[in-house]
This record gives sequence, C-alpha cells and structure tokens, in this order.
Amino acid sequence: MALQDKYKELTDAASAAGVTDLQVREQDNVLYIDGTAPSGAIKDQLWVIYDKIDPNFVSGDLVLNVNVDIAATVTKVKVVTQSSNLNIRKGPGTDQPIVGKAAHHEIITLVSQSSEQWWLVRPVDGEEGYSYARYLEPVTE
Amino acid sequence: MKVTRVLAVMMVALTLGFVSCKPKDADIKAAVEQAVAALPDAAGATIEVKDGVATISGIFKDEAAKAAAEAAAKAVKGVKSVINNGTIEAPVVAAPVEITADDPLTKSVADATKDFPTVKAEVKDGVVTLTGEITKPNLIKLMQSVNALKPKKVDNQLTVK
Repeated sequence: MALQDKYKELTDAASAAGVTDLQVREQDNVLYIDGTAPSGAIKDQLWVIYDKIDPNFVSGDLVLNVNVDIAATVTKVKVVTQSSNLNIRKGPGTDQPIVGKAAHHEIITLVSQSSEQWWLVRPVDGEEGYSYARYLEPVTE
Repeated sequence: MKVTRVLAVMMVALTLGFVSCKPKDADIKAAVEQAVAALPDAAGATIEVKDGVATISGIFKDEAAKAAAEAAAKAVKGVKSVINNGTIEAPVVAAPVEITADDPLTKSVADATKDFPTVKAEVKDGVVTLTGEITKPNLIKLMQSVNALKPKKVDNQLTVK
C-alpha cells in the first residue's frame, strides 16, 4: 500500500485526465500502472508527475505503462526524430534490414500499428516497412 | 343449540381477532423490503417471510452491510425472527502483472536503446538495468519506451548529464 500512497498523485491525475483501462497493481515491491491515455500530451503530463515524485526515475519501484490511444481514423504520421532520417525496416526489430528511410519532419502514411513499438508505414515514394513508434507522431486532419 | 351458537360466535371473534392482531406475511415482507432497501449497500437483498420468520438472501458488500439488513428486518413489527442467508461479495482479485520473458524483452530493450549509444542495457529475470549516461529529455523518451515493454522492474542507474 505504501507504493500506492507514494504515487497517489500520479494515479489520481491519470483518472482525472480520462486514462481508460487504468490498472494499478502492486507486486514484489513494484507498482505497475497500466492504462490508455487519450492523448500524447496527457501521457507526457503523467511522466512529469512521475519525475516529480521520483526524480530521474531512480527508485525502480514503478513501471508506468500508459499508451496513447490512436484513433482508427489516423492515417498519417509525422517523423519526429531529433534531426536524422528515420529507418524503415523489413520487419519489426532493429535486427531487420533497412528497406527505406523517411526524412525528419516528413509526413508519411500509417498502414497499421503492428505492435506498440513498431508501426507499419509507407513513405511518400518507396516500399512499406516498420519504423519505431517513438519517432512517429499521429497527424490529425 | 345454545352452546353451538356461542361456540360459533367465539370462533368468529377469534378469527377476527387473529386477523386484526397478526400482520400477514405479505405485509411483513413488504415492510421488511422497505426497511432493507433504505440501507446503503443492500441493493441485491431479497426477503421472504413465512409465519413471521423473515429470511434474507442476496449478496452484501461486507459483514456490516449484512448485519445492518438483519437488524433492520428484526425491527419490523410482526417479525418473530430473522434467518440471515446473505453472502459477502468476493473481493475483486486483480490479474497478476504480465512480465515479458527475457528473450523477447532483451530484443525489444535493444530496439529501445539503439539510438542512445551512451546507454548500456542488461536484462535478467525481467529486470532491465540501464547504465551509462544520457540527457534528461532522452531519459524520459527511453524510460517511456522501456516501461512499455512490460518489464518486471527498471533499474535505472544512468547518469543524467
């Protein structure tokens, strides 16, 4: 229960912000918070709170797994790498060969979200393949 | 003849007396239902009354709610005794946390850390240990990625530059 108290501000904020399927479980001295956030901004806001309670996330007593709910209508994603091109790979994994690249800030087609980490995308001109979801931001039209 | 008439009158009087003094089971049942329905956490309770004995059944939130229903039933006029067959709601047991096995976890941690060459990651028994150094904005990005891989725990020993 102590961990639930420690991160109470976080779980309260998650329910107040409309995080769905919210689950808070404690197991072997680690608190697991799972859920689906309505937007990336809300997910980031929760991470700000996490960083406030446990600066730099050093305690190792929380696994915060809040994903962002991507509407089925989203078909375009923006490449949000720091500055470089984004690799598009044959399969979902960095061990897979690179079949293409998408430029920084380019808007490409989202074919499907094959997993939370790897999304199937199609660049403007080129073969479709898998890119790491961290570098893709849904574009709402 | 006279005796029979007297007896008949007495019987009528007795019957009337019973009817007026003793509330009917159906009326008691309605009164108990009303009393129990007024309690919080007693939504699922059902009441049966037979010969003034009220039987409570249904699911209650806890022992206190069950006892409160019994007390409320006993207080109703005409209830001789109460049989409390109420049961207590089973506590909701959360499903155990799903932890990714080391092999797929090692692979996905490698994917997550690939773009941070100053970070080293090790996976053992579901625990992801991160060492090396990283910038604050990248730390948040990396932690978000690693936390989504269903690890048992993230042991973050990174130095934030």
